[in-house]
Amino acid sequence: MSAAVILAGVLLAALVIYSLLGGADYGAGFWDLMCSGPRRQDQRDLIARAIQPVWETNHIWLILVVVLTFSGFPIAFSWISLSLAVPIFLILLGVVLRGSSYVFRAYFTGSVRTQLYWGKVFSVSSSITPLFLGIVIGAISSGGVLVKDGVSENGFLRTWFHPFPLVVGMLSLSLFAYLSACYLTIETNDAALQNDFRKRALISGFVSIVAATLTYVIAGDSAKPIRDGLSRVPYVWMIELGAAIAALVAFQALWSRSYLRARIAAATQVALIVSGWGVAQYPYLVRPELTIVNSAAPSNILSDLEIAVAVGAVVLIPSLILLLLVFKTHRKSISAIADTTLV
Amino acid sequence: MDNFIAARSQMGMSLAFHIIFATIGVSLPLMMTISEWQWRSTGDPAYLLLAKRWAKGTTILFAVGAISGTVLSFELGLLWPRFMQYAGAVIGMPFSLEGFAFFTEAIFLGIYLYGWDRVPGWFHLLSGIIVTISGVLSAIFVTLVNGWMNTPTGFDIVAGKFENIHPFIAMLNPAGIPEAVHMVLAAYTAAGFATAGIHGWLLLRGGRNRFDEVAIGIALLVGGTAVLLQSVSGDALARMVAAKQPMKLASLEGQFQTETGAPFRIGGIPFPDKRETKYAIEIPYGLSLLSFHRPYALIKGLDQEPESDWPNVRMVHICFQIMVGCGSLLSLFALLAGWLTWKKPPLTNHKSFLKALVLVGPLGFVALEAGWMVTELGRQPWIIYHLMRTKDAVTSMPNVMITFLAMTALYVVLGIIVVWLLSRHVIAVPDRKQLEREGVLV
Repeated sequence: MSAAVILAGVLLAALVIYSLLGGADYGAGFWDLMCSGPRRQDQRDLIARAIQPVWETNHIWLILVVVLTFSGFPIAFSWISLSLAVPIFLILLGVVLRGSSYVFRAYFTGSVRTQLYWGKVFSVSSSITPLFLGIVIGAISSGGVLVKDGVSENGFLRTWFHPFPLVVGMLSLSLFAYLSACYLTIETNDAALQNDFRKRALISGFVSIVAATLTYVIAGDSAKPIRDGLSRVPYVWMIELGAAIAALVAFQALWSRSYLRARIAAATQVALIVSGWGVAQYPYLVRPELTIVNSAAPSNILSDLEIAVAVGAVVLIPSLILLLLVFKTHRKSISAIADTTLV
Repeated sequence: MDNFIAARSQMGMSLAFHIIFATIGVSLPLMMTISEWQWRSTGDPAYLLLAKRWAKGTTILFAVGAISGTVLSFELGLLWPRFMQYAGAVIGMPFSLEGFAFFTEAIFLGIYLYGWDRVPGWFHLLSGIIVTISGVLSAIFVTLVNGWMNTPTGFDIVAGKFENIHPFIAMLNPAGIPEAVHMVLAAYTAAGFATAGIHGWLLLRGGRNRFDEVAIGIALLVGGTAVLLQSVSGDALARMVAAKQPMKLASLEGQFQTETGAPFRIGGIPFPDKRETKYAIEIPYGLSLLSFHRPYALIKGLDQEPESDWPNVRMVHICFQIMVGCGSLLSLFALLAGWLTWKKPPLTNHKSFLKALVLVGPLGFVALEAGWMVTELGRQPWIIYHLMRTKDAVTSMPNVMITFLAMTALYVVLGIIVVWLLSRHVIAVPDRKQLEREGVLV
């Protein structure tokens, strides 16, 4: 296996982790927008508690994806940045708005109205960002990204503003919402709140299945190659089958209120869907022209990058486990210490 | 405004904000760790409170720095796709390493914040040290990239493309390390003096209290030491620029003619059309001495290069003067503070000293921004020095003006939020109870 394919694998792995961690954060923001019913404020508090202390660690995975893309596949990064400038700019707006409203909300101690206002900014930007992230994924899968002499062949709108990327955007938003609702069910012991998010998980799970089917159907029209990729080789089928089984397990678990099982199954499902996309996209990075091999940096750079990634992982993985341990004991005692804003 | 200017403005604006967020985020961990160490060795609760305040400040700035950093990593491609296409592979290594350093910082910051009662004391302090070190490493890696844009190395050019790339040679380019050291010291200087200045102001307004006094002590120690070391680092950097980027040195100094025994100019306004720098105090042989440590060394002037390839000499020279001026003033102030501490302690009893401290407080940041303008504007019209022009790297996307205005508006809001939160959570005067209580809760 060539160094380029390995680095592409690392990128896909980072993207999967980002979907599982950062994606769930986006989903939580989406549910913040959708809070309703008598337990509205409790729902908001639960969401705030669940995502507050992760300190944006989850979103560093996105930086890693970007940096490794431009280091390892500079042409692909350049083409994507140019022809998908519009959705990427909207992602940036989302990142800034989401981040600043998050920081502000986490530390704001003044009037409830201001807090609610910032909460709106937070939840709207949390919902928009994954939509456009999905649109970028849809666009690089459907063969419109072509750059000749520094000019985007399909302009700046036609590259992404057509049904396939838009549906992929919807799919990612609904998947993240579903994932997040599953996570939230075990972040509380309050049965009524659990039930609220259980219902949401079921609904958004259903929506994501509809969106997935729609993606597959529309792909026949405008993204034929990636659909062929999905049905090309046996192991792609195995991944799809795995995702379907995970989905069934998750639904059954939600139905019978086994929340931990639902959470694990939903995470597996999303991980398999993202991996399935990656495998179907293979050997391309940006359709229709850039493959992993023809857009890669020279192989000595790729292997140096892989060594850096390996060393980084040796440092990061034990540290992350340590953080989770410290953090878990903190969660347990957080309700005992009400005073979190003072000092 | 055409697209090229809009793109440069957007990049400049994003960096101008990021550099402030990032430098505070890099410096506060050092001060926080020193404060915790002081608390562990003296048991004085003021230090503990301070460590927790600064930890909170670090957290806020870290989150904001992560946002502005994410924006920049995307903007490299959005605004300069051709630069990234050709140079992405060469400069990817320091960026990737920076990603990991940043990640490490995030993890140990989390442990630091939540670990007060959950990990052993020595390990908590160690987490603070790891946050400090990884913050500094992030700053170094990013500055190495800027160094490469100034003194590109580690490749051959074959048929207009980078070939035989050696990422580590590129990373350790001649400008890289001197620039990185200068940047880290600048961060400590700026944040140290600003913090000391703010606490000086609080002390003058609110009367004596232990909290502000210990804060000034640590902040001035960090800022003062950094600014004194900065003169050594500045000298090393200037000699590197003299050797590797003579035209950049010429524009810093407003040196239009090539000459031996060139004078060092203090102040002055360059007039590019008349090819001279007027109204400057000239120190004979000064520039030759500073650049090559020889009084008759040859200094190349801007006349060696066509005028179309000159940077904005007037801006560069004036920014350089501002940076050197602020730096010198802060150095003198640091010496004065040292002398007062030695001869007439405690430092915080001198009202006039505190007043002066408040006045010089912002100068570190002024110097930081001015110095950054020097290195960025001084490199123009090149994005990769003598290899690729900035205008050839810019995106072909129209209407960059719109994204520039939108991002500026957002960053202004973000800046206001940060200032407001810091004033609320980090520098607000604590009430007496918090200082007397033994274990202060987070």
